[in-house]
Amino acid sequence: MGSLLDVVDLQTQFVTRGGVVRAVDGVSWDVAEGETVALVGESGCGKSVSALSIMRLVAAPAGRVVGGRILFKGRDLLQLDEESMRRVRGSEIAMIFQEPMTSLNPVLTIGRQITEGLETHLGMAPTAARARAAELLSMVGIPDPARRLPQYPHQFSGGMRQRMMIAMALACEPALVLADEPTTALDVTIQAQILELMKSLSRRLGVAMLMITHNLGIVARYADRVNVMYAGKIIERGTAREIYATPRHPYTLGLLRSVPRLDEPRRARLDPIEGQPPDLTRLPGGCAFAPRCAFRVERCAVETPPLRPIGAPGHVTACWEAERLTAVREPVGGRR
Amino acid sequence: MSTPRGGTGEALLEVRNLVKHFEIGGGLFGGRRGLVRAVDGVSFSIRPGETLGLVGESGCGKTTTGRCILQLELPTSGDIVFEGRELSKLGPDDMRAVRRRLQVIFQDPYSSLNPRMTVGEMIAEPLAVHDIVHGAAARRDRARQLLRHVGLLPQHAARYPHQLSGGQRQRVGIARALAMEPALIVCDEPVSALDVSIQAQIINLLEDLQAEFGLTYLFIAHDLAVVRHISDRVAVMYLGKIVEMADRKTLYDDPLHPYTRALLSAVPIPDPELEARREHLVLRGEVPSPLDPPSGCVFHPRCPIAEDRCRRVVPELREVKPGHWAACLLA
Repeated sequence: MGSLLDVVDLQTQFVTRGGVVRAVDGVSWDVAEGETVALVGESGCGKSVSALSIMRLVAAPAGRVVGGRILFKGRDLLQLDEESMRRVRGSEIAMIFQEPMTSLNPVLTIGRQITEGLETHLGMAPTAARARAAELLSMVGIPDPARRLPQYPHQFSGGMRQRMMIAMALACEPALVLADEPTTALDVTIQAQILELMKSLSRRLGVAMLMITHNLGIVARYADRVNVMYAGKIIERGTAREIYATPRHPYTLGLLRSVPRLDEPRRARLDPIEGQPPDLTRLPGGCAFAPRCAFRVERCAVETPPLRPIGAPGHVTACWEAERLTAVREPVGGRR
Repeated sequence: MSTPRGGTGEALLEVRNLVKHFEIGGGLFGGRRGLVRAVDGVSFSIRPGETLGLVGESGCGKTTTGRCILQLELPTSGDIVFEGRELSKLGPDDMRAVRRRLQVIFQDPYSSLNPRMTVGEMIAEPLAVHDIVHGAAARRDRARQLLRHVGLLPQHAARYPHQLSGGQRQRVGIARALAMEPALIVCDEPVSALDVSIQAQIINLLEDLQAEFGLTYLFIAHDLAVVRHISDRVAVMYLGKIVEMADRKTLYDDPLHPYTRALLSAVPIPDPELEARREHLVLRGEVPSPLDPPSGCVFHPRCPIAEDRCRRVVPELREVKPGHWAACLLA
């Protein structure tokens, strides 16, 4: 499988009253054709801004991609003119957002919102586009599409709206879908439906997916490879199996240990990551995670650790002390 | 129907047949008139020092149940007995005293804090209003002490909410509840707006405070793993009704209701190897509207094992095994 998307040293910044925020700070990652890759991290880590940067939808003038390359099928998206970029959006790369209601037009019918893309990007005639829209709705499991097409977004439930977003995203048969917290706003039984749908469609249609989420369970179930982000940087990357079985960054280890799990005996006490999330306008020198890190040594406050290979092929970590981390399966908790 | 109880001992809170219906439609904009059966005959009790987890998906009535207990909503019918007194029978003065003992922690600490008041002022205010601590200086001291209890520093008293992180704001919300010296705290999704790494901090804090001050919690949440961690007993709600209730271990190890089983199966577990092996029971359909709930068992349209009689007969919440209640004809 060749590389479909290659993000190289991407830097996206925002100018705020508090100073310049380096939301994405020299990040490199890639997605192969047909692969599902996760960007995982907590609020403010830069995962959503990464996706917006790829689509060139970072809100100017405050936000700006200031460096790096975004190679999609070999072309640098950052160099495209606006017209070419518009063709990429929707027809080659589609995006699914967390809250479908805010990304749908409330005064256009569902049918029109799907056929618009088909007509603009694929040059379909209105009647053909309508037939295709009905097909798409039934593909994502919306019953009775003919009755649904003339309806408006508010007449759909949250789960149905997200199905519709997926239908719209897949309408022009893109090669890559960026899904930004696609099920965070949904209930757990609906979340399961939507994720299973996305998984089966991406396999069937061979669509690559970038899954952006904070939910470690979703990543475990759906991602082939995982990038863990913290304070604008990728701090660990590997196959999902590697990352979960042998996390090699204290932050990843901390995240995995801090969540209660239904498959394990209940622990007497949870193991949180101590301290507060970083203030991006006032990042410390050296490793951004150092102030909260249990493995911190003097060097961490001075030198920023680069990503380096560790363990299995493709597994990289940005930690000076990675060799000291033990397996997550070791008994934890019980200290009180 | 007898009230489901958790083992022995006097209950601190007893909810009997709680019903809360909302009328919608009519009025200025017309619209279809209807009755939303948000809470439709809910009964449970909580012993002192216990944590009862109330789980369910959005619209199941868990938050409305909490708001009825807090007297933020007037129940349509049913009794809420707190510390031996029936709340609907209390006059305004007695009610004031009860409100102190019944506190709440909300999901979003930002919208429940006053942006123009410092943390110290916000904690001191209820101390003055309820006449708990006399004198401004004493109140300031008490506020600082409360900040320490919730893991903040005395200097946080001078800060405004926007200067705090989400986790710190939730700590302030907890300090405010604690200031009233409550017996029961209704925790309504207290960690779901927080980052994963912070959730565990707040859960540990709630557990520490419970041990230290003998608090009782009604813990309302949709995250089944979090509820399992913090609760002694758990009640599962669906469309305004409790469908299953048992002690934590029984409910998670041996769920009887098909809805509980589906919920547990839907939660992805952070372990790719396990996830690949696990069988997933994906429920079909969506939660029906509480405006027009299905006949018989409200879960029957989505239930993988429903029989014909489930469409006709409303299942009562019955004690299937000692201490294990389920509202399913087939349990």
